[in-house]
Amino acid sequence: MNMKNEAGNTDLPAPVRQDSDLVQVLDAEGNVLPQASVPPLSDRQLLELYETIKLARHFDQRAISFQRQGRLATYAPMTGQEGSQVATSLALAEQDWLFPTYREHAAKYAHGMELESLFEPLRGYREGYAIPEDVNVMPEYIPIATQVPQAMGMAWGHKLQGKTDTAVLCHLGDGATSEGDFHEGLNFAGVFDVPAVFVCNNNQWAISVPREQQTASETIAEKAQAYGIDGVRVDGLDPLAVYKVASEALEKARNPDPGERRPTLIESVQYRFGAHTTADDPSVYRDESEEEAWRDRDPVDRIEKYLYNEGILDSALESEIQDRIEQEVSEAIETAEQTETSPDNIVEHVYDEVPARLEEQRDELNRLREKYDDGAFSEVLE
Amino acid sequence: MSSTASTQTGQNAQRLTLVEAIQDGLYTEMAQDDNVVVLGEDVGKNGGVFRATDQLYEEFGEDRVIDTPLAEAGIIGASIGLAQTGMKPVPEMQFMGFMYPAFDQIVSHAARLRSRSQGQYSVPMVIRAPYGGGIRAPEHHSESKEAFFVHEPGLKVVSPSTPYDAKGLLAASIHDPDPVIFLEPKLIYRAFREDVPTKPYEVSLSEAAVRREGTDISVYTWGAMTRPALIAAENLSQSHGIDAEIIDLRTLSPLDIETITDSFKKTGRAAIVHEAPKTGGLGAEIATTIQEEALVHQEAPIKRIAGFDAPMPLHSLEDYYLPQAVRIQDGIRETVDF
Ligand SMILES: Cc1ncc(C[n+]2csc(CCOP(=O)(O)OP(=O)(O)O)c2C)c(N)n1
Ligand SMILES: [Mg+2]
Repeated sequence: MNMKNEAGNTDLPAPVRQDSDLVQVLDAEGNVLPQASVPPLSDRQLLELYETIKLARHFDQRAISFQRQGRLATYAPMTGQEGSQVATSLALAEQDWLFPTYREHAAKYAHGMELESLFEPLRGYREGYAIPEDVNVMPEYIPIATQVPQAMGMAWGHKLQGKTDTAVLCHLGDGATSEGDFHEGLNFAGVFDVPAVFVCNNNQWAISVPREQQTASETIAEKAQAYGIDGVRVDGLDPLAVYKVASEALEKARNPDPGERRPTLIESVQYRFGAHTTADDPSVYRDESEEEAWRDRDPVDRIEKYLYNEGILDSALESEIQDRIEQEVSEAIETAEQTETSPDNIVEHVYDEVPARLEEQRDELNRLREKYDDGAFSEVLE
Repeated sequence: MSSTASTQTGQNAQRLTLVEAIQDGLYTEMAQDDNVVVLGEDVGKNGGVFRATDQLYEEFGEDRVIDTPLAEAGIIGASIGLAQTGMKPVPEMQFMGFMYPAFDQIVSHAARLRSRSQGQYSVPMVIRAPYGGGIRAPEHHSESKEAFFVHEPGLKVVSPSTPYDAKGLLAASIHDPDPVIFLEPKLIYRAFREDVPTKPYEVSLSEAAVRREGTDISVYTWGAMTRPALIAAENLSQSHGIDAEIIDLRTLSPLDIETITDSFKKTGRAAIVHEAPKTGGLGAEIATTIQEEALVHQEAPIKRIAGFDAPMPLHSLEDYYLPQAVRIQDGIRETVDF
């Protein structure tokens, strides 16, 4: 791994341009690095960060095992990426907007979504994409990089309406940086100087394609330069560093200093510990030993050790937290498993009003359901 | 060669699934012609997310089985350029629902470089893409958008429904001088095996296949819907004595109008089965063609048994969205009883 500790540079005056540097606060053991500046979080906030990361890890493990039992369809694990997801979301203000991909389960939860609504689409129910009005999260993006220009557009709309107290945070993968939409979105963001923060979760892999084959650029952060915006590289397995970088970028998006541009591209350097999805077998294309070096820097362990070192966490509190998160995830699963839907849902919400032709198609389906019963529709097609 | 999963049935054929037959077809063509190259997302070391390019990277190396950056417009645009140098690119689009970034390259260029250059330049390439629903996939992974491409002059559109056809149609597509959109019904990628000759062979891009002969009604379909159509026909022949003819179009553009109309002239009744949304689907084109060519033979309204005019739902409801045998049977009876 080619990671330099350049924590000292984080004190540079803005705009912070650290294209080939890596912002870190904690070392692998959870100790604060010399010269690193710890973000000003209260004990309560630190514990919230910790508990949410722990919950994310537990959610991830349960989801993977549920998928194996056939109780969930394809799931994209986030193992190793929870710290960065939770830290970026906790850096958001309530009014800020989040654009997640299919992997950002924890980021969605940490910005206000209910756990059970994360399970629902994985069980085949679109109901989980119906996001409550007071939660500023878009439904997850599956077509790669399509969210980037849209996030830019939402930030632009806020700016045009004078609402620059609202920032937009947009997640994307390392593979996404190859798509045209990435380029177009970032170019627009620079040109129209919008209050948006783009977080590239560089987990080193786009399914089977390693980062080195995705781009000839040395880093992803350096691509920001081409758009005239700031690019920052952060240790994505270090939740405190991610929190710090994301908060600073969000603050700049809302209140730039004179001459500063609002948008930032954050490269959060991580590793995809697990498979791309539960349908993927990484042993076909990568060496398992590669993972070990990254495992040593696991975000859950690091934040936990830090909190122990600081005397904020002890074993009694740790087990109290563990019990709480296990119960919360279990309850969410129970609720999600009770979700029901009706075939009528197929025709709903396609338009504001169901067109006559689609109503006919629904009625025809219901006529057949009555005539043949529902079992006839689940006969294997093959 | 080629696939470890296959079962040998002697020297001349292997028992392959549809996806293995695609892999075998790619292998066969690459072994014969050094200009054939495979490129796309995860097609190399990983052998494709459905294993359609399994072992090709090991066999032919990284210059002929190429893992590209994640960019569909880049993959297709680059393939058009490669084709100008005498190479025969066979790009893979990982899922049909992810082809859209490449749409401009496909319709504005691949489809019309021949006509723009008045025959001076052409784009011999085969764009492979898995399509269709029924595999409990996440959103955007179950699309059937063949009509987009059928609508574009200059493209051929092909969809096999059997392992034998998959290999033969792929060979014919690779040998074809024009761009071919090769749509693979992923629902039946591993549904069944059949004998697939080891030697190279072609299945013509201009002939539909009559999968079951019948006299009472012509049922037109393709890809993964061919099997439920055949099941429906068997059920109806036993339960109601209805004798349905099942036509697997195989090539969706250009259509084999002769086989389509010959069958209709015999039966006078038609149903079209596709999983794509009904409105603007290929069914409309087939029904109109029949009316233009054989109206005087028509004895009942032509029935379309299709997907809804709605996005493909998530998997808890996809069985209701797709034309199941039960819907096909009901539609056939309605048409025959008219
Ligand atoms: C436009 C498009 N092309 C292809 C795919 C198939 N696909 C899904 S995820 C993925 C890799 C994405 O890699 P990356 O952007 O690094 O994100 P990660 O999955 O690693 O989080 C691909 C190719 C897709 N979803 N959308
Ligand atoms: Mg990645």
